[in-house]
Order: sequence, then C-alpha cells, then structure tokens
Amino acid sequence: MSHPFNASAETMLALRGAPRNHAAQVHGGPRTAGVYLPSEANVQKFSGFELFRRAFGGHKSWQPQWRNPEPKAEYDVIIVGAGGHGLAAAYYLAKEHGIANVAVIERGWLGGGNTGRNTTIVRSNYLFDESAALYEHAVKLWEGLSQDLNYNVMYSARGVLMLAHNHHDEISFKRHVHANRLNGVDNEWLNAEQVKEFCPPLNIKSMRYPIIGGALQRRGGTARHDAVAWGYARAADSRGVDIIQNCEVTGIRRNAAGAVEGVETSRGFIRAKKVGVSAAGHTSVVMAMAGLRMPLESYPLQALVSEPVKPAFPTVVMSNTIHAYISQSDKGEMVIGAGTDAYTSYSQRGALHIASHTLDAICELVPQFRRLRMLRNWGGIVDVTPDRSPIIAKTPVPGLYVNCGWGTGGFKATPGSGHVFAHTIARDAPHAINAPFTLERFRDGFLIDEAAAAAVAH
Amino acid sequence: MLIITCPWCGARPEVEFRYGGEAHIARPADPSALTDQEWADFLYNRTNPKGLHAERWRHIHGCGRYFNALRDTVSDFFVTTYKAGEARPDVDASSGGSK
Repeated sequence: MSHPFNASAETMLALRGAPRNHAAQVHGGPRTAGVYLPSEANVQKFSGFELFRRAFGGHKSWQPQWRNPEPKAEYDVIIVGAGGHGLAAAYYLAKEHGIANVAVIERGWLGGGNTGRNTTIVRSNYLFDESAALYEHAVKLWEGLSQDLNYNVMYSARGVLMLAHNHHDEISFKRHVHANRLNGVDNEWLNAEQVKEFCPPLNIKSMRYPIIGGALQRRGGTARHDAVAWGYARAADSRGVDIIQNCEVTGIRRNAAGAVEGVETSRGFIRAKKVGVSAAGHTSVVMAMAGLRMPLESYPLQALVSEPVKPAFPTVVMSNTIHAYISQSDKGEMVIGAGTDAYTSYSQRGALHIASHTLDAICELVPQFRRLRMLRNWGGIVDVTPDRSPIIAKTPVPGLYVNCGWGTGGFKATPGSGHVFAHTIARDAPHAINAPFTLERFRDGFLIDEAAAAAVAH
Repeated sequence: MLIITCPWCGARPEVEFRYGGEAHIARPADPSALTDQEWADFLYNRTNPKGLHAERWRHIHGCGRYFNALRDTVSDFFVTTYKAGEARPDVDASSGGSK
C-alpha cells in the first residue's frame, strides 16, 4: 500500500523545509495546546531564505503546519472528507467567500484516501465544452497554486501525451485536438516520429499495435499529490478552518422540514446548516444517511510504482488502446496505472491480473522498463457516474451539497473542483462552470458523456 | 483474483466472468407510465452498498449464462451465488459459502 508518510515522503518534506512533527500531528500525537492559533500572520512562510536560516537551528524552530482541534458545537459549513477536494473547498470558502467558521471532518487522516492513492496526472484535454471549462479552470489554478498556498505542490507541466495506435484513435484524437483548441485548451497532434522525439524511451514500431501518433497537451503534467492536500490543509487552517481527523460521520441529522441540521459523528453531534459531502468512493454511503440514492458505483482503481531510478521518462504517456499510463515521479519511481477492476468494491485492492495486464502494456511501450521491479501496488475506491462526469451540485435536501463522481480522474481537478464547490455552498447556487454538473441531469437527459475521455477505458 | 462459483459450472477463476452490475433491477412493466425521475432511478441510481451486494455476473468464457451473487463489497467475499430469477437469499455477510 502507498502510505503518504513513508520515508521518501518525509525526506522530501525535510528537503522542502517542512516540520518533522508533521506525521505526529496527523496521527494525533502530542501537541502543545495554545502555542499556535490560526491566523495568517503567525503562519511561518516557506521560502529558500527561511530554509537556510533555520538550518542554523537544526530545523527545530518549525511549527506544526496545522492544528488538531476539538470539534466545536456548531459551524457555518461542514465539509465531509479531508481529501484534496474537500480541503480545497474549505480553503476557498475562507479565502473567497469570507466563511471561515468551517470544519472539515475526516474519517481517517487528511489526504489518506484517493488524494494519496492517485497517479497525480493533470490535464484538461476533455472533449465537451462543459468539461473543458471545468478542467481548464483547474489547470489555470494549478499554474499559480504553489504561490497562492505558499506551499510547493510541485506542479510540473511536463506534457501529457496520449498515444494513438490505430486509425480510429487518430480520428478521435484529432477531433479532441480541434474541440480543445476551440475551447482555448492547448492540444496538438504529433506524428509517430514527433512522438519519438518528444519521448525517446517509447517504442513506436516493434510492437503489436505500433504508435502512429499522439495528442500532446504541453500544459498537462503532474503535481505532488500529498503536497496538494497538505498545502490546502495548512492554508485553510491558517484562515481558521478546523480540520478534524479521526472523526467518522455516522449520520446526517435533518429537521422537520427536511433541511440539514448537522452531522452525527464518532465524536458527537456537530451542528451546521450547510453540509458539503466530498467523500469520493464513500459518497453513496454518506448520502444514504440523508436518504438519497446516487447515480454512482464505487470501483477499485489500481496503481503501481517501480523502484526509483534516475530521470528516464520525460513526460506523461497514456495509451487507451493498449491500456496503461506512466510517468516518473520526482522521487524517481515510475508511476503506472490503468483501468478499474470489473466489480464494485470498497476493499481498496484489486486483482493481480488487472495490474499484470497493465504491465504487459508498459513493457510493450517502453521495452527498457522490462527490467524495472515494481515496489508497491495499491487500490483506491473511485465513485463512477453513468456519464463519467462529476456531480458538483445542490441536492434535493436543503443545506446538503455534494461533490462526487470524479471516477478515475479527480486529482487533476482538485483546485477547480474545490473552487466551484465552495462557490456553490457559499451562494447556494452553482458557479457558471459547474452549473451543468447537476444531479438532475440524469433525470433531464443532459448527460455530459465523457466516457471516451478517460486516459484508459474503464 | 476471485474464485466465483457459477451455479451451473462450479468454481471458476474471475477472468472467466463478466460483471453485470446490481441485481434485481426489474425493467418497468409499463414504461410509458414512468416519470422522468422514475426512469432516472431505473437507469442510473444504484444502491452501491458498503457491505452485502446482490449483483449479476455472466459466465462468458463458460456456459454463457447470467446468474446472481451475494458478495461483501468490503472483503470481496462471495457469500453465495444463485440462479437468475431466484429471489435474493436471506443471509448475512458472515454466512459461509464459496470464496
């Protein structure tokens, strides 16, 4: 299993100058109460100079990045789920809508669900206007996110290259390229030689389905998944948001009129007139507490990483036809993924034959990686909608909002998703960008059918 | 890989089967009488339970027949499988059965 606080992650944090008591804090370790109160003024800014200066003190003067507060009796807004999307929503509620009396309630530890399990790919080359607007909104936020949060989320626009192996792929990708350009989203067609030039490790000829070209989004790339959650957590906390970990929501209490009154949790009842559910694979479970059936099914989606090696792979490569995608993390691991398992599950693991099939494709695409050993293989539970587009919307229950259905591709949308979800909660009306992504579209027939947009078919 | 017991063929590996989604969703007897919301419920809304799930499987690389299964979605443990058309067995997740 991928654990966000493994040795390499700690090393990475240390390099960037984050505190070593971070892990202790996440796991509810000892804290000095009252030393650190939330306010933007007393948050230690991260910078190269600070890293240098504090080195003289052995880096012992760094503060915890966020508090570990007891839940208050009442909040203006409760967000269920402290993944990237939930934390981002809390951050933008505080920053852009002046609603800082917010709790983010998390069953486990923050960023420990799909935020810590995905393959960190960022892109916005979706076909339909609605999707292009939504994902492009996110990419634009990614571009300034490290500065906005004062936290290095390691967004790396190294390009996302989607490979074509047959004529149908080529027609489909060219259609995507044109549709994207009409929407102001960069995407371009490369022929086989240009593909090889852009990504030399690829084998373009001697394979069962040779590469005949590809669609390249140069602004696409990767970001560091854990840093996204931690950056949003720190920034939200500094604006007064309470992040309450190890606190499971067990019920949603409603009044006689049906409106939300608050949530029952493993640490008692917490009152709030507005509750935003951002619970990914567990959305159906949480929404059932309010008596709602969702157009969702939860599937395990697996990923793998190899042993770390020197920089060997310059971009993100995806192949729908032979079914795999790969990029190299800044730690040096090859990060590999593919399709979901066949059946619904909450087990956070999948079948070996799925992972094995994925590696077959990787060995075809990049023959030099046949000698790489895989270090870890894990699964995350993804909530999939019938049209493979998310739902960011109000619900039939007054005061209850939902951000779900991101399926296999939610990480890339983290900033944009949180941003428009915060708007929806604060104004009790959707932002223009998420207005089409309602729950009612399944009743009214306005599906946004992006099933073909997944990097690999599921 | 799961081992799934086809009611006709016996225990076989997962790769012989195709998943068929939630079971016991009957097509409406009088489709034209349905409201849009009822159509959405039939077509799209799913129970998606964390726990025991009644679901359809098809033995595509075997007898080719559909059947139903009760599986615990937390452990992926198959509590039982039964033939299409039969009622959902009244068992809980801790019952024995095929793995």
